[in-house]
Amino acid sequence: MDRVKDLASKKAAVIFTKSSCCMCHSITQLFYELGASPAVHELDNDPYGRQMEWALRSLGCNPSVPAVFIGGKFVGSSKDVISLHVDGSLKQLLIDAKAIWF
Amino acid sequence: MPEASRVDSFCLSDFDQSIGNHLENAVELSGNPVNNSLKVSSQTISPGPVHLGTSDRLPISVDRSSFMYLEDRLSLLAQKVQSTNHIIIPSGDTENQEGSAMADASPRTDISTDADTDDKNQRFDGSQSLAAVASDSSDRSKDKTDQKTLRRLAQNREAARKSRLRKKFLQGSRSGYGNSSFVSSGRMQNPAYVQQLESSRLKLTQLEQELQRARQQGIFISSSGDQAHSMSGNGAMQFDVEYARWLEEQNRQINELRAAVNSHASDTELRMIIDGILAHYDDIFRLKGVAAKADVFHLLSGMWKTPAERCFLWLGGFRSSELLKLLVNQLEPLTEQQLVGITNLQQSSQQAEDALSQGMEALQQSLAETLSSGSLGSSGSSGNVANYMGQMAMAMGKLGTLEGFIRQADNLRQQTLQQMHRILTTRQSARALLAIHDYFSRLRALSSLWLARPRD
Repeated sequence: MDRVKDLASKKAAVIFTKSSCCMCHSITQLFYELGASPAVHELDNDPYGRQMEWALRSLGCNPSVPAVFIGGKFVGSSKDVISLHVDGSLKQLLIDAKAIWF
Repeated sequence: MPEASRVDSFCLSDFDQSIGNHLENAVELSGNPVNNSLKVSSQTISPGPVHLGTSDRLPISVDRSSFMYLEDRLSLLAQKVQSTNHIIIPSGDTENQEGSAMADASPRTDISTDADTDDKNQRFDGSQSLAAVASDSSDRSKDKTDQKTLRRLAQNREAARKSRLRKKFLQGSRSGYGNSSFVSSGRMQNPAYVQQLESSRLKLTQLEQELQRARQQGIFISSSGDQAHSMSGNGAMQFDVEYARWLEEQNRQINELRAAVNSHASDTELRMIIDGILAHYDDIFRLKGVAAKADVFHLLSGMWKTPAERCFLWLGGFRSSELLKLLVNQLEPLTEQQLVGITNLQQSSQQAEDALSQGMEALQQSLAETLSSGSLGSSGSSGNVANYMGQMAMAMGKLGTLEGFIRQADNLRQQTLQQMHRILTTRQSARALLAIHDYFSRLRALSSLWLARPRD
């Protein structure tokens, strides 16, 4: 959990993924499309990957990846990200966290 | 005397085709309203997995035994017609034929050939053994045994029928019936004989219609008897039935909304109906979620939708961004703020759709790579097998993620509808929902027209 929080605070937009997860690919692409440059951490390529996955699950993220953090705060998985994007909140969160400017 | 079509060399596919033509004629003649599902006309009676088209009718339950009886009768009649070497049924001159059928001989006279008698005996044996089994199973759960037995007997009958048809084909071509001189041969000169043919044909058509109706209304037919297959078939079929019911209910709600709008009902009243419609949309998304677990490929295939709708299919449903583009023009006048809101919504849904599409492409690529990575040679045969199993396991895992994509696509559709409702006024929302429904309803009507189009 510490490692998760630590990594999440290092950049305005942080996404935890797995290299084999295609939904993670979708969400990451969405962020790129919005002009954000998220930090992407692949759990399966991280030595502490398993504990991190456990930590993400305990935050309520199901499935555990993709797990999105904006401004250090946990936003949710793909379902939450899409819902927030549709009602315009995602963009606002990114602007507030200075991940994007407009 | 009705004119027989050219009787060229007979083959099984011609026979199936003629049944298909039957159906089309039957449907056209019965004057079904355009909006009814005319998917019926594109189905043949061949055994195998049946898929349901969208039906605007409530499914009626027909008990299994009477359905199998229908299938039986159908097989028997099909053989009767075929055994008299009357192969291609002429279309379009039904009036003549019905007239002559009315005229003389009783349609009940049996047209017996040797092969026919065989059929009858077979059938008799079949039903005898069925009765025997039925009485034997009084100790155990009757339903289960009966169904299994019925299914097995149906398979046997089907196999026997196919082998008989094949035999007849061989006999027919040998005895030279497969040429046009057949028309002037002795049998076809006998009016009573011809009438019997025609009445058999009519009966056949009727039974085919009943069969199609029964199938359309959700009776599960399995002639393969394959358990795994019937499982997924059940999931798909169940969803088709639920979807048909959902459509009916939506039609009802939309009509209610339309009446309210036309009668200048109050905002409160409109809001109530609109909330109901939106909640109803929630229902279908929930049902699709369940269906995605049971049979994701059925949803992805779009076979539960009509052909024209399928044309626009994206990840198992409609594209929200496209829908919004269509609506913008119909929703005027919009305030500046509303216009911005709708434009943003359209852009957001487009972006989300693109993101999901890219994810799907990545999935396809990954799956292709998994299946095509073959290691030849160096490792022993056991190594290859383990490799193969490993690859398959990985591929299975990837296929499992498809459900997630459909889920998010539906999530996107649901969120878009709700956001649209938030941006618009009550009256505008009402118009939007009506417009959306009309659009899809026209697509469905287009599908029906397409399926019923005259073909040469």
